[in-house]
Amino acid sequence: MHYYLQLLINGLVVGGIYSLVALGFVVIYKATQVVNFAQGELVMAGAYVCFSLTVQFHVPFLWAFLMTLGFSVLLGLAVERLALRPLIGESTISVIMVTIGLSSVLKSLVQLVWGTQIKVFPQVLPAEPLFLAGVPIAPVYLAAFVLSALLFAVFSLFFKYSRLGVAMRATAFDQQAAQSMGIGIKNIFALSWCIACVVSGVGGVILGNINGINSQLGYLGLKVFPAVILGGLDSLAGAALGGLIVGVLENLCDGLAKDFLGLSGFKEVAAFVVLVLILMIKPYGLFGSREIERV
Amino acid sequence: MHGKCGLFFSSYAAEARFFQSGFQRTCLGLFVLLLVAAPLLVGPYLLSVLNIICIAVIGAVSLNLLTGVCGQISLGHGAFMGVGAYGAAICTLRGVPFPLALLAGGAAASLAGMVFGVPSLRLKGIYLAIATLAAQLILEYVFLHAGGITGGSNGLLLDPPTIFGFSCNTDARMFYLLLVCAALSLLVVANLLRTRHGRAFVAIRDFHLSAEIAGVNLFAYKLMAFGVSAFLAGVAGGLWAHYTQFVSPEQFGISQSISCLAMIIIGGLGSVLGSVFGAVFLTLLPEGLNLVAGTLSAWFPDISAQLVALREGVFGLTLVLFLIFEPEGLAHRWKLVRAYWKLYPFAH
Repeated sequence: MHYYLQLLINGLVVGGIYSLVALGFVVIYKATQVVNFAQGELVMAGAYVCFSLTVQFHVPFLWAFLMTLGFSVLLGLAVERLALRPLIGESTISVIMVTIGLSSVLKSLVQLVWGTQIKVFPQVLPAEPLFLAGVPIAPVYLAAFVLSALLFAVFSLFFKYSRLGVAMRATAFDQQAAQSMGIGIKNIFALSWCIACVVSGVGGVILGNINGINSQLGYLGLKVFPAVILGGLDSLAGAALGGLIVGVLENLCDGLAKDFLGLSGFKEVAAFVVLVLILMIKPYGLFGSREIERV
Repeated sequence: MHGKCGLFFSSYAAEARFFQSGFQRTCLGLFVLLLVAAPLLVGPYLLSVLNIICIAVIGAVSLNLLTGVCGQISLGHGAFMGVGAYGAAICTLRGVPFPLALLAGGAAASLAGMVFGVPSLRLKGIYLAIATLAAQLILEYVFLHAGGITGGSNGLLLDPPTIFGFSCNTDARMFYLLLVCAALSLLVVANLLRTRHGRAFVAIRDFHLSAEIAGVNLFAYKLMAFGVSAFLAGVAGGLWAHYTQFVSPEQFGISQSISCLAMIIIGGLGSVLGSVFGAVFLTLLPEGLNLVAGTLSAWFPDISAQLVALREGVFGLTLVLFLIFEPEGLAHRWKLVRAYWKLYPFAH
């Protein structure tokens, strides 16, 4: 039982990171209808930049973290301007493929600069575990979860109350109407990529502090799909909940599969098996808006 | 359709004919002759590249049928190839003759494709892409963990294919086998596009609701597209497994699916000729990069260590640049070049 409680807590922490990455994905999809297959690589880029600043340039961690956020903003702007804007109005497959191409380019740049070895972040938080209901938890896990929750709160408030957030929601709802009300659609597109890059970068830094980073980190981006499909592709709350559920689910399924079926590594696919089931039963997820087609 | 000047059709059959002029037929005939003579003309290295191109052509044309013609995005094509490869490999290891094993592998892949194609009735575009992505990862997991049948991460070792007692144990013999298979696949797809079924696929891609109203059974045709496409992909996988004489899960990962998609994007969606262009282009790209890296290694000694990363980066960059600057692919460029020379020097 203790083992499963541990799995549950691990799942929640990992799920928190999935939620963050899924948040970036949903922000982009909502505003620009672009399905971003490079989300995992954005996480990776943030993590490596932060690593480089702290370890190779000896910047204090807090400053390095802030500079990583700045870098993420620039990365988001560059990606949107260079790769995505020329493809506005193209078919789904073109847009999917351009983000896949982008992910290849980012992955290769990271490998060229930093190599393929695993890199370990310096210890920022103390290593002694805290005890929660008798289960030991590393402080970094707790910090990760709190930080994810905090970012979610900030972005929820941003979308609900700030002028820009309302403009983004208006764009997501109807681009033409938004444009005719004086909202700069291009700026909104750029902004949504920036936000996605920033939250992914934060996710990357957290992951780096937990596990260390290597050039395979980008595969995390694939895990986002079960999370967003479960929550609904265009729902922020759905992304948060979906990420947490997927995190917990894959850890528990992994434990169960190992104990009862003797299958190892079921973690990698558990989420996708669930994904297929959801797609068959409830394709628009928990909170997604149904597409209604009229001829 | 850009016909030749003075080329008029008086019946639909004439318009749908394979070759509209004798010139086209002659050119293609000469090209085929050149290919048949290729093992005598080129060295062993180029011959092995040609072999890989033939396999890639089958993979690309099968995906183009599904994605380019029928409009169903599939990110699981690599896994369908894998099902075919494992199916064929398991059959030949049990003593089934190679041609039958190849067909059995294709049938297995076809079945897998249809199973994962079922959600396509309710899902479109991005949702379908994600569903097929799930198919890819689930099948990959099966390849890796069904160790009793697939050999797990060790893979399976195979003998060279034997057809009616004739063993294709050299690159040249393999080349003829692959060439025939590639030509047959191209013919099948090109002919399929001229039939009622092919037109139904195109109707579904263009607008599924109008297709349904015009009497196209969406579910049946989508499933058919998945089945035929996965069958050809499975054949490609089976051939690949027997060519390299080895099957392992890594060959059929998500990168294989992505490279198939990249081939049809770069070649041209919905065009048989485009699939060939894309397959040739993307197979030659890494080889060309190796060549360049070999030349540059005099100045940058550590370039060979970075080659894997470079290859991935160049691949991604090529894909992005094609999508931005030539979204209709190489087939479109080919058409423009042909039109230019046809009208030369009176282009306007």
